[in-house]
Amino acid sequence: MLVLIGVLLVIVGFAIRLNPLIVVTVAGIVTALLGGMNPAQILDSFGTGFASSRSVTIFVAVLPVVGIIEFFGLQEQAKVLIGRLAKLTAGRVLIGYLAVRQITAAVGLNSIGGHAQTVRPLVFPMAEGAALRRYGHVPEKISEKIKGHSAGADNVGVFFGEDVFVAVGSILLITTFVDTTYHLHLEPLQLALWAIPTAIAAFLIHGFRLLRLDKQLDKEYREYELTAPKETAGEAK
Amino acid sequence: MINVEAVYWLIGILFVAWASLIAADTNHPRRWGSSAFWGLLGLCFFYSTWVQAGTAPGWILGVAVLVLVVLASTGLLGHGKHRTSTGPERESYAKRFGNKLFIPALTLPLVTVILVLAAPVLNIGGAPLLDPKNTTLVALAIGAVAAVVVALLILKPKNPATPIFESRRILESIGWAALLPQMLTTLGILFTKAGVGTAVGTLASGLLPKGSLIAGVLVYCIGMFLFTVLMGNGFAAFPIMTAAIGWPVLVQTFHGDPAIIFAIGMLAGFCGTLCTPMAANFNLVPSALLEMKNKYGVITAQVGTAIPLLAVNIALMYFLAFH
Repeated sequence: MLVLIGVLLVIVGFAIRLNPLIVVTVAGIVTALLGGMNPAQILDSFGTGFASSRSVTIFVAVLPVVGIIEFFGLQEQAKVLIGRLAKLTAGRVLIGYLAVRQITAAVGLNSIGGHAQTVRPLVFPMAEGAALRRYGHVPEKISEKIKGHSAGADNVGVFFGEDVFVAVGSILLITTFVDTTYHLHLEPLQLALWAIPTAIAAFLIHGFRLLRLDKQLDKEYREYELTAPKETAGEAK
Repeated sequence: MINVEAVYWLIGILFVAWASLIAADTNHPRRWGSSAFWGLLGLCFFYSTWVQAGTAPGWILGVAVLVLVVLASTGLLGHGKHRTSTGPERESYAKRFGNKLFIPALTLPLVTVILVLAAPVLNIGGAPLLDPKNTTLVALAIGAVAAVVVALLILKPKNPATPIFESRRILESIGWAALLPQMLTTLGILFTKAGVGTAVGTLASGLLPKGSLIAGVLVYCIGMFLFTVLMGNGFAAFPIMTAAIGWPVLVQTFHGDPAIIFAIGMLAGFCGTLCTPMAANFNLVPSALLEMKNKYGVITAQVGTAIPLLAVNIALMYFLAFH
């Protein structure tokens, strides 16, 4: 039971925002010591652990092609594609982005999207723009909600899209870990296939919620108009 | 036969190439620290071949890994400035090439899947062409190389080394996080050796009615969810819950299909990632980027998807994995 201190260390380390590499290394060393390993065995475990987990890092083999197509304007072209969705409601813009994000992540193009690259400069302004067209004015409460859902569409899309792609860290982590520990022999492609039902469910659930988002925003806007009539009256003068 | 070690050597060569580019970059603010980090990481990929074969001592590699951690976490690793295409240049390229830009990107998964499917019949003189133990990885590496070739043919950059220069830009923006997945896997292996999974398993077996499959599935999926919420990371939760329940109960006792159990178990963990401020880069950084009043607003937007999706994962595992 003492070895559970290692888990506690990871939690505390992440909670106080230490560099995750340090957290992981220290937690590993402490847990190994508590588990009765000596320093030589621990160093050896770090070495053999690294050697047997190299497959997790295969994503770097994909970087050269992503690098060159980004150089030639991949993200700009992706913006053009998403831009064609612009004449829609906030919820539908976000469904469109969710679909694009999930499909591109499923073929390994994780870096097409992201909070810094697409959500702030592109997705949120488009969704808010759609709300502005609909209501003529976007109160803060609605804007906050759209912001939350813009970031959420990115996260849901990438989490439940990327596992369909074989080179993603989580799939390779699973194969590396179980192959090393239990002497199984799992193919990354098998795991990727079994990620598809969840990917579809994620799209259906989140897509349904985004469809309902428009109705919620309509309702909130009506409430806003009722509770803040002075502002509009003031403007009318 | 193309062995998986060849793939790791290709990665080692890439790291060493990036390290040399950084070493040659006199404007780099952390020139030597960064170059040393990526170069040493590349060398570790080569040396690992012999550790894996059992012909070289593992502790030397262990020391090198700890040196990497020290380099990365003491601020010796930094970001260079890169000359890349400017915004207007990219827009004009995007106009010129249009959706052709997606062709190299699609080449990668296409080649990979075709090679994996064709691998059983790809033989030279009776010997398999692709390492049968690691078909997907080898196929993926070939797909990555093919995609670069296709990109060079379609885009015709002035400098044929553009893929290397440009990938260095991406690598440096990833930074030390590039090493994190491997370190988390190593942590999982250490945790397992030290008996963390067994300890959690002992705790869980107190809760678990003996012989109940649905209870096992529930504890595994919900455990993945909760540990991911606590640790902010499905990668760290996976080895613990798998050693505690996934392997001994679901695979060994109930004879479930390991591929299905582990794939869906990890996805149950991802539902936890959607709900936790510990996953700061997904849930707190965007609320800061979007200048939100409520810094937990992203989590609020996601919980309504995460919980039903966790239930779906539990159902999928229960109905698909056990026959």
